[in-house]
Amino acid sequence: MSIEVKDVTYTYSPKTPYASTALKGVTLRIEEGEYVGVIGKTGSGKSTFIQHLNALIRLQSGEIKVYDIDLTAKKPDLKRLRGTVGMVMQYPEYQLFDETVEKDVSYGPKNLGLDDREIKERVREAITLVGLDYEDIRDRSPFELSGGQKRRVAIAGVIAMRPKVLVLDEPIAGLDPKGKQEILALVKKLKASFSPTVIVVSHDMDSVAENCDKIALFSDGEIARFASPREIFYDDELLAKTELDCPSVVKVAKELSRLGMSLPSMPVTKAELIAALRERRAHG
Amino acid sequence: MDNIVFGQYYPSNSPVHRLDPRVKLLIVLFYIVTVFFVADYAMYGVLFLFIVAVALLSKIPLRVLFRTVRAVVVLVLITSAINLFFTKGEELLFSWKFISIYKEGIERAIKLALRLILLMLFPSLLTLTTTPMELTDAIESLLSPLKVIKVPVHAIALIMSIALRMIPILMEETNKIILAQKARGADFDTGGVLKKAKAMIPVLVPLFVGAFRRADELALAMDARCYSSVAKRTKYKVMKLTVADLVAALFCLSVFALVFLNKYLWHFDEMILSLFR
Ligand SMILES: Nc1ncnc2c1ncn2[C@@H]1O[C@H](COP(=O)(O)OP(=O)(O)OP(=O)(O)O)[C@@H](O)[C@H]1O
Ligand SMILES: [Mg+2]
Repeated sequence: MSIEVKDVTYTYSPKTPYASTALKGVTLRIEEGEYVGVIGKTGSGKSTFIQHLNALIRLQSGEIKVYDIDLTAKKPDLKRLRGTVGMVMQYPEYQLFDETVEKDVSYGPKNLGLDDREIKERVREAITLVGLDYEDIRDRSPFELSGGQKRRVAIAGVIAMRPKVLVLDEPIAGLDPKGKQEILALVKKLKASFSPTVIVVSHDMDSVAENCDKIALFSDGEIARFASPREIFYDDELLAKTELDCPSVVKVAKELSRLGMSLPSMPVTKAELIAALRERRAHG
Repeated sequence: MDNIVFGQYYPSNSPVHRLDPRVKLLIVLFYIVTVFFVADYAMYGVLFLFIVAVALLSKIPLRVLFRTVRAVVVLVLITSAINLFFTKGEELLFSWKFISIYKEGIERAIKLALRLILLMLFPSLLTLTTTPMELTDAIESLLSPLKVIKVPVHAIALIMSIALRMIPILMEETNKIILAQKARGADFDTGGVLKKAKAMIPVLVPLFVGAFRRADELALAMDARCYSSVAKRTKYKVMKLTVADLVAALFCLSVFALVFLNKYLWHFDEMILSLFR
């Protein structure tokens, strides 16, 4: 089970003076169970790419296969696709609309055509999973919640559809450090429960380095590199070419080696950095 | 942020795009009056050629220009049909049960259709070559004499330009919300009218909530910068009349003058027809 993307090219408003090509021959393959970070400068095509994955943007050219659903088909099974790929858009809290939190969260499962008992069960589970108190919050209006709570409710609305693949567009944008940590922990929890594959668009290099197995680095509508965080953040030429900032762990490691204290390994997470420092001290 | 434009504006750097928007607006006003004085087919032809010439000069593909007529096709058909069936004249051409068509009816239907199409085409050239912001500035400038009688011209122009600026923002917002709800399995395309209307609720509620939030934020931001509508302020883009504006105005006005001369003095149509008699 995997997501296969082959040679996808996309142009906004084609054949008008405003035409702009956002994706140019994007090819990659994401395996089930991977935590993939999508990074790149603003305007590099990240959002356009992930919106292809559940056919919010229809393919213009190229091929996409999500699990066994072929998006190249004339009429792909959209209902099943959207139940498989859960998309949390940027600032999802601005999409809440119903009178109560419970009703809002059940919007997705309802659209999937599930029966009432199943819906109720999933809604309770989703609200609890995102760390809210179901009994306490179910009858409140989503508009009277705090920003962080709203975002959780919105995420609950997506995971109540129990997607196999969870796609998030800048889920921690505009949150305070504590809010960021909470959302990241939540994503980890969801990955462990029923969304084994996670794809996250982010501008926050620290969290990307800390959490991702692989990184798709976008540059100008193309994939500049699809590799592990270590391969990307220690490739100085690539970083310069794509104007990418390093995670702080990598910055520290590079600065140390500049000062003549090179580490025995190439750490990208805090734990790895600490381990490397310990090892260095032990050996010399 | 991309330079967001909307509506019809067709970006290009043509002499017509560069004209002073006030001049363009006034020319269009004169044009509209003129169209009502067109008496015969020859003059419809002249105005049509005039529009095509201006379109070529402004580097607007004719395909794009004629697309604007699509918006009024239904209106043209209905008014033509009404005139065709309900005009009584002298020369009866066709009669069946209660329907009777006269020669005068046909002529009136054709002329009305031509007139409506002409009325659509030239003002479209204005909106194709002028940004909404330029138009607002032009209106403010043209209305500014009304300040003397205490009309809040600046406030009106400000409201107009904020509204214009909000349209693309709201459109973008609507698109985003539609995508987000689609991602949650929303279906906007199937079902009857009632079902489709109901499917829009999850889009409209966040849209309105967002619009009010934006309005609040904008008001706060303006207050924070001590905005006052009575203060004397300068413009970022100063409108200046140039020789090009003068030439354009003279050219257009002389074409319009042809129409009036023809109607009241020359009667082109009859001259041409008399050649064939
Ligand atoms: N609705 C649209 N219409 C026209 N062009 C668009 C539209 N959305 C995006 N683009 C263009 O496509 C390109 C890629 O945009 P995209 O939103 O995918 O970038 P991104 O990598 O997600 O950027 P960001 O980090 O700012 O979210 C940009 O050049 C953008 O201007
Ligand atoms: Mg984006």
